[in-house]
Amino acid sequence: MRRERVPVVVVVLAAIGAAFFIIPLLGLVVRSPWGDAVTLLTAPETVKALKLSLVASLSATAVGVVLGVPLAWIYARVEFPGRDILRALTTLPMVLPPVVGGVALLLAFGRRGLLGSWLHSALGLTLPFTTAGVVMAETFVAMPFLILTVEAGLRSMDRRYEEAARALGASRWRVFTRVTLPLIGPSLFAGAVLCWARALGEFGATITFAGNFPGVTQTMPLAVYLLQETNLEASYILSLVLLLVSLVVLVGLRHRWLGSA
Amino acid sequence: MSLDAALRLTLGALDLDLDLTVDEGEVVALLGPNGAGKTTVLRAIAGLVPLRAGHVRLDGQVLEDPAAREYVPTEHRSIGFVFQDYLLFPHLSVLDNVAFGLRSRGANSAAASEKARQWLERVGLTSYARAKPAELSGGQRQRVALARALAPDPRLLLLDEPLAALDVTTRAEVRHDLKRHLGSFPGLRLVVTHDPLEAVALGDRLVVMENGRLVQTGTPAEVTARPRSQYVADLVGVNLFRGEADRGSVRMQGGHVVSAAGAESGQVFAVIHPRAVSIHRHQPEGSPRNVWPGKAGRIELLGDRVRVRIDADLPIVAEVTPAALKELALDEGGEVWLSFKATDVAVYPA
Repeated sequence: MRRERVPVVVVVLAAIGAAFFIIPLLGLVVRSPWGDAVTLLTAPETVKALKLSLVASLSATAVGVVLGVPLAWIYARVEFPGRDILRALTTLPMVLPPVVGGVALLLAFGRRGLLGSWLHSALGLTLPFTTAGVVMAETFVAMPFLILTVEAGLRSMDRRYEEAARALGASRWRVFTRVTLPLIGPSLFAGAVLCWARALGEFGATITFAGNFPGVTQTMPLAVYLLQETNLEASYILSLVLLLVSLVVLVGLRHRWLGSA
Repeated sequence: MSLDAALRLTLGALDLDLDLTVDEGEVVALLGPNGAGKTTVLRAIAGLVPLRAGHVRLDGQVLEDPAAREYVPTEHRSIGFVFQDYLLFPHLSVLDNVAFGLRSRGANSAAASEKARQWLERVGLTSYARAKPAELSGGQRQRVALARALAPDPRLLLLDEPLAALDVTTRAEVRHDLKRHLGSFPGLRLVVTHDPLEAVALGDRLVVMENGRLVQTGTPAEVTARPRSQYVADLVGVNLFRGEADRGSVRMQGGHVVSAAGAESGQVFAVIHPRAVSIHRHQPEGSPRNVWPGKAGRIELLGDRVRVRIDADLPIVAEVTPAALKELALDEGGEVWLSFKATDVAVYPA
């Protein structure tokens, strides 16, 4: 292949652009207290945040799969008026400032919220400022990634396999579980991983809706933010952990998102 | 006991309006050019595309009848469908593919596997039970698709271009196997193909369709002896004309009159085999009743014969030997005379 001759201006601007991303990451790596890494990561506060983050983000992913796959299926397969509007509404959190999402969640599920007041009075259920609240906030922000990825997978699959299954006597449910789901497996996996990564990094909606209680609602990103005031080095190490996770996710999904062609 | 289908539906540019029956004991081959709507016929019978009007009845049971608001969903129709590119489930093993229909219809895992294994044995693929479809050759996939469709003992077997996905060398062999399996299948059999050779090899009765309509039906011998459309005439390789018979002659559409020994009256088809048409450089004398001038058109070598299209008032194709062509010193565009006997024109009612 002939090498493209690139104008100098483009090269310089591109280099600045790349440096803009790389230097901060480098800073994190260089300034992290590597010697104390183990001590800092095993400190009770950190372990609590790590555990909570893991539990909450995996729960959010599970909820996302259970509720998001049916939504994606309906978007991909059912024509109905207002479908595009509904899709826009359910994927809005991808571009919505997360803190706005948190406020909206409070207005809906807070003690005096639309649904929350009823949940509280009728069932004695309180969602904000609980671990369940963390899961809700993370699901709210992360599920759209799963919905869109799975919908794209459903749209690109060869639907005639479903017809072949029906011609073999398979019920709609059997077609869905034994043919459709396996065939969109890669998309479902990618969507779930993206959803999980987004949930793991969630900050704004979580702190607004669930608050910042160590062990209950203080996830890793929240801990990083607070440790900035009390223990800078611990915040660096936690940041590094989050960075590594993101990197692994991105590299793992490289072929899907950056295109291997 | 049979399949009785009256299929009326519109799908994109296709306007399908076809009555079709498949009786016990016969293999029906549905033949037609690409885009005729053959695949849609199968899909409609299977319930994968809804009818606008008409009906599908299997052994007297109504599967679909829009007027009566009857619709039995695909999964509850007793059919086996072999798709054109087989559509074997890529994520399942060969054995699980064959067992899929049995499991769907309620067989437990052990029973389904056992029966699927027997089917793999029947199609000679026992050693591939654990393989994924991607590891198989085209011919092997065809056999798996057939086993998968037949395993649940369907009442009606639908095959869509079962050999089209294969290369020429394996096609003959797979066709032979397919004919054997069709022969041992006790239910109703309907094969779709665009290949006349395949239709004649597999079908006891041909149903020819074009543009969503029935053109002709009958045994292969009947259809080839009396083509009723240009498509069939081209497949058989004969000249086909339509006109009005009048005791000993036929007035063609366009006004040309041809002497035909068997012509009596009414709308008729007239078939003239290219071998019966002679080519001359000069106006011939003697007995032939049909003689007229024209220009040599496309010249085509066909095995050990040469086919010459002759552009005239009534365009016609003649077949001569390469030696005769050489003797005539004929080139495209050359002026010629053609002749054929009145007794070489086969006439039958349109």
